Amino acid sequence: MLKQVEGSAAVAEAVALCRPEVICAYPISPQTHIVEGLGKLVSAGRLAPCEFINVESEFAAMSVAIGASAAGARAYTATASQGLLFMAEAVFNAAGLGLPIVMTVANRALGAPINIWNDHTDALSQRDCGWIQLFAEDNQEALDLHIQAFRLAEELSLPVMVCMDGFILTHAYERVDLPTQEQVDAYLPPYEPRQVLDPADPVSIGAMVGPEAFMEVRYLAHAKQRQALELIPAWADEFKRVFGRESGGLAHTYRLEDAETVVVALGSVLGTIKDTVDELRDQGVRIGVLGITCFRPWPTAAVRAALANAKRVVVLEKSLAVGLGGIVSNNVSASYPGSPDDVHTVVAGLGGRAITRASLRRVFTEAIEGRLEHVTFLDLDHKLVERVLAREREQRRSGPIAEGILKDLGVVAAKIG
Amino acid sequence: MTHQPIRFYQTGTFTVGNRLLAQEQRSVQAQAGRTNSLNSGHRACQGCGEALGARYAIDAAMDATNRQLVAANATGCLEVFSTPYPETSWQIPWIHSLFGNAAAVATGIAAAMRVKGRENVRVVAQGGDGGTTDIGFGCLSGMFERNDDVLYICYDNEAYMNTGVQRSSATPPAARTNTTMPVGSSTGARFGQGKNLPRIAMAHEIPYVATATVAELRDLEAKVRRAMEFRGARYIHILVPCPLGWGHGSAETIRMARLAKETGIFPVFEAEHGEVTNVSKIRRPLPVEEYLRPQTRFAHLFKPPGHPEIIARLQQLADRNIRRYGLLDTEAAS
Repeated sequence: MLKQVEGSAAVAEAVALCRPEVICAYPISPQTHIVEGLGKLVSAGRLAPCEFINVESEFAAMSVAIGASAAGARAYTATASQGLLFMAEAVFNAAGLGLPIVMTVANRALGAPINIWNDHTDALSQRDCGWIQLFAEDNQEALDLHIQAFRLAEELSLPVMVCMDGFILTHAYERVDLPTQEQVDAYLPPYEPRQVLDPADPVSIGAMVGPEAFMEVRYLAHAKQRQALELIPAWADEFKRVFGRESGGLAHTYRLEDAETVVVALGSVLGTIKDTVDELRDQGVRIGVLGITCFRPWPTAAVRAALANAKRVVVLEKSLAVGLGGIVSNNVSASYPGSPDDVHTVVAGLGGRAITRASLRRVFTEAIEGRLEHVTFLDLDHKLVERVLAREREQRRSGPIAEGILKDLGVVAAKIG
Repeated sequence: MTHQPIRFYQTGTFTVGNRLLAQEQRSVQAQAGRTNSLNSGHRACQGCGEALGARYAIDAAMDATNRQLVAANATGCLEVFSTPYPETSWQIPWIHSLFGNAAAVATGIAAAMRVKGRENVRVVAQGGDGGTTDIGFGCLSGMFERNDDVLYICYDNEAYMNTGVQRSSATPPAARTNTTMPVGSSTGARFGQGKNLPRIAMAHEIPYVATATVAELRDLEAKVRRAMEFRGARYIHILVPCPLGWGHGSAETIRMARLAKETGIFPVFEAEHGEVTNVSKIRRPLPVEEYLRPQTRFAHLFKPPGHPEIIARLQQLADRNIRRYGLLDTEAAS
């Protein structure tokens, strides 16, 4: 059924269709509308039997989900940013225990300075936590990925994180095709746990493991994620069969044929990138796009194949490996058959900074003309940064960093390039 | 009170052979069909109060729930000594997730059981004092506040014993731990700090709160049984002496627990919905010195020239408990 709804509402509907049994809710922008939507559905009795638990922190949200999942219930929660970090210990734990929890991360920057707007720092900080990490390009995909996530999680007995850009997707009203309950039921069978806390068959879950077996347990986690690389495309195909549309998979390519320059990115910015690429293509520029849907496990073979003929790669990422450059680009470099020198990192959109077609066009052109540095910060106000650095050289007590920047900036205006 | 202690004065102990009791008065541990929930072969130290307390508490809970019990365990001694992979001493469904989230994991299990229509399966969460009063406090308070259907059991040995005896917010004043060393002008853990978790639990007005010690195991069993008669959040705080951390002989565990109760240092009581309903009376009050002296964690108080002023302050704390809970058995005293 076609509906014009907010992204969060679309996700709430998708999760509801997956018949969740325990939902843990803790508010944090920009995720809150999702659990609000689910709370309303539970109160209305539409999801019965389902427990909606207002917990006291994200750490508790993930911990309640761990308990519920270990006891055989389909468990879901959603978070963002600081919340994801606050639950980080439990995030790793859920993966280590092999519990198929599904969680939405409404991607948002991490403080300090506190910032509620979108980038990918939160989810990418957890890239080694053992969860499968899927990134949605638009609201339809966000909706679809949740349905695929439960299937994937429960088949592999691994947790899955569905990442969608905060505000840009969560708060955007877009047309989505909402599946029917029959379709979702046909795709997603009831949860059959591999391990369960049951008095009829008592097991100990979460025993201490020493050096004699720890490596093997970790290897199994890795092996399962590599298994997911086979299953994700298979279930995307199955999804297409049941729902009649393409969604999910490991990666999407766009106008890659004969492309000498390939732009790699995750999430909603792919829309703007594609528009920019269309403009450049119209002018005869041989440029294409590789959108990564599945960030963990990293789809090495798919990336390698997509980049096989590229002369240069521009990784546009909403994240920063402080002291290095790019997080995504580091992964891309490892899968690029050419020289790592031809993989450019463009750090963009941190803390919600708008990424415009004009700016993208500029950096893509610079890359093609061989003028793009190895690591670039899109639309960085160099003068502003220089002033702060100069002040720090001159004065010992140069004051709080963010406050100093804001003072120099004067009247705060939206930075639209 | 919940449990009538049977005093067997002829032997000079409070214990009594089960053969002398009627069937219904016998302890769960005396039953041939006891579940041995925490089975033998685990790696607790000799004289471990926590292992003893856990065995009695969980077997009693199993008995009270017709063996329909699931446990969530915080990281700590109990977790480490009971489940070194691939061995486990637990004969019940048991999960260990993290140090600070046992209460929340238990909430999740209880929610799952409700969804599955298996509300006959009851949930216990358990942890040491560090996992309860410090790092797990947020999750515990949340579980209390929501009145989730979980019995939380704290095995309190008054410090972080698993990591090698460091102060927790349950460490009593003047105690020596490895982070409250009585060196220089310091006399051990400070006065005026620490949390009284049973009272904090009562402030949540949850259905049932009780304290117990491993000196009165029938009382402990009775309190676990009583706790299982309620739905909603319940809390039992058990004093479990630790020979390693307290510095007493491994055969002295139960005596230490009894002295803690008989001196008034550790009040033993029950509360329902925030009100104290029962207290275990002290039969013959003893000075706190009797409790302190056998423990090396208080040895610095007795080393010449000694610290009578510190001992007096600890006595004041015990006296305050005696007044606050009405611990003196006036009938026996008269």
